[in-house]
Amino acid sequence: MTGRVVTVTSGKGGVGKTTATANIGAALASEGHSVVCIDADIGLRNLDVVMGLENRIVYDLVDIIEGRCRLKQAMIRDKRLKEMYLIPAAQTRDKTAVSPSDMVRLCEELRIEHDWILVDSPAGIERGFRNALAPSDVVIVITNPEVSAVRDADRIIGLIEAEEKGPAQLIINRIRPDMVKRGEMLSVDDIIELLAIDLIGLIPDDEEIMKGTNRGEPIALNGKSVSGQAFRNIASRLQGNHVPYIDLYASNRIFDRIARFIRTGGD
Amino acid sequence: MSNFLDRLLNREPKSAKVAKDRLKLVLIHDRTAMTAQSLDRLKDDMIRVVSQHVEIDRDAVRVEVHKDGRRQRLIADIPLQTKRIRR
Repeated sequence: MTGRVVTVTSGKGGVGKTTATANIGAALASEGHSVVCIDADIGLRNLDVVMGLENRIVYDLVDIIEGRCRLKQAMIRDKRLKEMYLIPAAQTRDKTAVSPSDMVRLCEELRIEHDWILVDSPAGIERGFRNALAPSDVVIVITNPEVSAVRDADRIIGLIEAEEKGPAQLIINRIRPDMVKRGEMLSVDDIIELLAIDLIGLIPDDEEIMKGTNRGEPIALNGKSVSGQAFRNIASRLQGNHVPYIDLYASNRIFDRIARFIRTGGD
Repeated sequence: MSNFLDRLLNREPKSAKVAKDRLKLVLIHDRTAMTAQSLDRLKDDMIRVVSQHVEIDRDAVRVEVHKDGRRQRLIADIPLQTKRIRR
């Protein structure tokens, strides 16, 4: 078995890297793949709490690299998915505790027994980002329809190209179809034209996603959720499948109609 | 076209359109490390060099950076002066 390493990065912080990593991982694992999620944000550990595994941490990424534990001891098995694991970031160290070649070596070992290794990159363009990028076969850049996030995404895409890790693939998160329709939010087409890279996923701005992270339960496992479907579609596209994009505008029209129906009592 | 309509009706363009136009310029500058000032200097240099070889319409010269996917290209439009024929 030769697993593939997928790095999720963004440039700007707070656009949804960690949530996307947890959900794409959950979607792949729910299909029966063996998945390891690595939190590469040393000093700002987050993926554990989004995955709901914060109480199970004994060893972390830096413990593996510095030889204080065996690899398997630091891999925390998910509560629901038998073949999903987390390697948490160290909380009391900084990014210099890990080097890009450490990450390459670690992922080489993980590739042997697992199908997918997802690396949650820290924000920024420094050491932590270089660490996350070094082992990757596939790079996913995530952005929001905000000028600051799109600008930082462009910068990161340029750096990925320079490292010959490209072409990166794009997830656009927190889309509000109602605002796009009113001309008050950059559209998917606008962002693709500006960044000029291929799309791999569209995630609507959906409060169910926060409800999921609040509980530490990935929305990707919720079969009824539109956002859950969006994450499952990304997992499928990563496997090379051609999956049509969810028509966010159409689903919104249905919500509008239902809302109107409720308001007017069905007239 | 929507820009033209907006101007005709004295309407503010939508914020998404403003965002896109601003980002287009910002991304060109980020990617090429070129500023408006350095572009002006380049333009002056080009006018100086080209006019040593051929007569040009200096005021109509345009030098711009265009975005083409993930690449940028420098477009220079240098109109030549029509030669006056003396009788």
